[in-house]
Amino acid sequence: MTITNINKSRKKSKTSSTRRSRKKSVTLSLTGIFVGFLFIFPYVTMLSTALKPKSDITDIPPSYLPNSYEWFNFINVFKELPFGMYMRNTLIISIATMIIGIIVAVPAAYYVARNNFRLRMPFLLLVLITQMFSPTSLLIGIYRELSALNMINTYQGLILVNVSFNLAFSVWILSSFFKTIPVEIEEAAYIDGASRFQTFRKISLPLAVPGIVTTAIFTFIAAWNEYVVAYTLASSPEKQPFSVGLSLLIGYYEIKWNYLFAGSLIAIIPIIILFITIEKYLVGGLTAGSVK
Amino acid sequence: MSTKVFKKGSSFRSLPWIGPASLLIFIFVLWPVVELFLVSFREISISGLIKGWAGFENYRALLDNDDLGGTLKRTAIWLVVVVALTMALSLPLAQLMNANFRGRRFLRYSVIVPWAASLVITATSWKWLLDPYYGLVTRILVDLRIVEESFDVLGDPRSAFVALLAVGITVSLPFTSYVLLAGLQSIPNEIKEASLVDGAGAWKGYWAITFPLLRPAFLVAAVINSVYVFNSFPIIWVMTRGGPAYETDTTTTFAYKVAFRDQDIGQSASLAVGNFFVILIFILLFLKLSKWKELDQR
Repeated sequence: MTITNINKSRKKSKTSSTRRSRKKSVTLSLTGIFVGFLFIFPYVTMLSTALKPKSDITDIPPSYLPNSYEWFNFINVFKELPFGMYMRNTLIISIATMIIGIIVAVPAAYYVARNNFRLRMPFLLLVLITQMFSPTSLLIGIYRELSALNMINTYQGLILVNVSFNLAFSVWILSSFFKTIPVEIEEAAYIDGASRFQTFRKISLPLAVPGIVTTAIFTFIAAWNEYVVAYTLASSPEKQPFSVGLSLLIGYYEIKWNYLFAGSLIAIIPIIILFITIEKYLVGGLTAGSVK
Repeated sequence: MSTKVFKKGSSFRSLPWIGPASLLIFIFVLWPVVELFLVSFREISISGLIKGWAGFENYRALLDNDDLGGTLKRTAIWLVVVVALTMALSLPLAQLMNANFRGRRFLRYSVIVPWAASLVITATSWKWLLDPYYGLVTRILVDLRIVEESFDVLGDPRSAFVALLAVGITVSLPFTSYVLLAGLQSIPNEIKEASLVDGAGAWKGYWAITFPLLRPAFLVAAVINSVYVFNSFPIIWVMTRGGPAYETDTTTTFAYKVAFRDQDIGQSASLAVGNFFVILIFILLFLKLSKWKELDQR
């Protein structure tokens, strides 16, 4: 074999291997995009249905795409369905859950991250166990307890149950944030004569803002999406969040799928965007630090 | 971290900090557990008043319930099929999400959507998609000539349950594959490359090197997912209400129907106590896997 031949064959193998890797990356891209599309398929069909005019909705079989695009469905949903009221209830419950959740979880998380005390292990165990319980399995207990407390069909009842069941995630995420703040910074302040609470408020709290924001968003989303407790406790439409309202509307408004889906999209799009912003921290919080 | 800012405090001093959180957990998580156990041994009137102790009457009524057997069987299938297929599918999915290609961000964000979106909304869209008249899925199946004419998927217990399983898997996949993705990202690149350079082949290298490193994440994801799946309520409730009749119920929706539709709180509580013990097993597994004490001290 001459040198030129060897070079040629080398060249050949090189180009074929880059071609193969390019082909591989194209296949990978196509697979990835196809798989991604499968996950959003139901929501894409929701969008196409939400944009359909009234006349399209009763077509049998349904058309794939709207015959005309009714963007005003997203505004008219407030007139056609009690959507505004449901949204108001959802917002009240979610925002209150978020605020109370943060007020309760931050001190607990900080104390656990910084101190070694006798009740520390029992407290962590309590938090971890809560993480695994869902209100679904305890529904009868919750229902009877809230009846006894006169909190059936009230915002307070729903808010407090939501806060309690989300504390595990909040405490875990927050305390892992507090742990990343160097102790030396706090010690310096402490030696300078700041009290324990002042150190916490002036030094640690501002540094933990990213963690607090993450936790707040997570709690907000969890309360926003909560269904089973509200479905059981909120008997009057004036107190029902959107998740409950939607599930009850299906029966009555079977024909108005365009409005049901326009409302649903308004309810989920901001949530998906918020969710993406905290994605990095979700796995760590939901597995209580066992992964990540 | 060798130094602690504050000395080992007494329990009393910790109370202002951890007190409110503990109190909420005691009142709204642990009290319902106690109440649930008590109610399962009580005789309760339809209006919810306690008439007296019932001994094991509620449990006996539950065992005599004709729909219990089928429900238990379906719950086992629901749990095993959804969790097994979810875990099996999330391994390649996590691998794909971790690979480097154009469109990876689209894939990652798309996978998040069913996780972030309310399950009620997702289930509602599937209920519409599977509608025999207005739904798109049967139209697609007819257009692709897979079936000859549209049929009521959710009207027949068998096809309804299969549909529920499929939706259950699609909403479980995001969490498990993101946990596995986190696991994959924590494996140093050199190790992954080494497994390929050795000429072991991608497949062999994966099972010999990558998967064993991924195992802790895999097990944690499987246990947590099992709890989610076992407790799952909105999908079944929105899509079929556990029907036709009780034919697609799991213990979770069945307990709901017995309590709030048949108004037999006592009998439902005795089923919920059973559910509680199933969840307890998963919790113990989770505590064992998570090695929470060691992790925390790092």
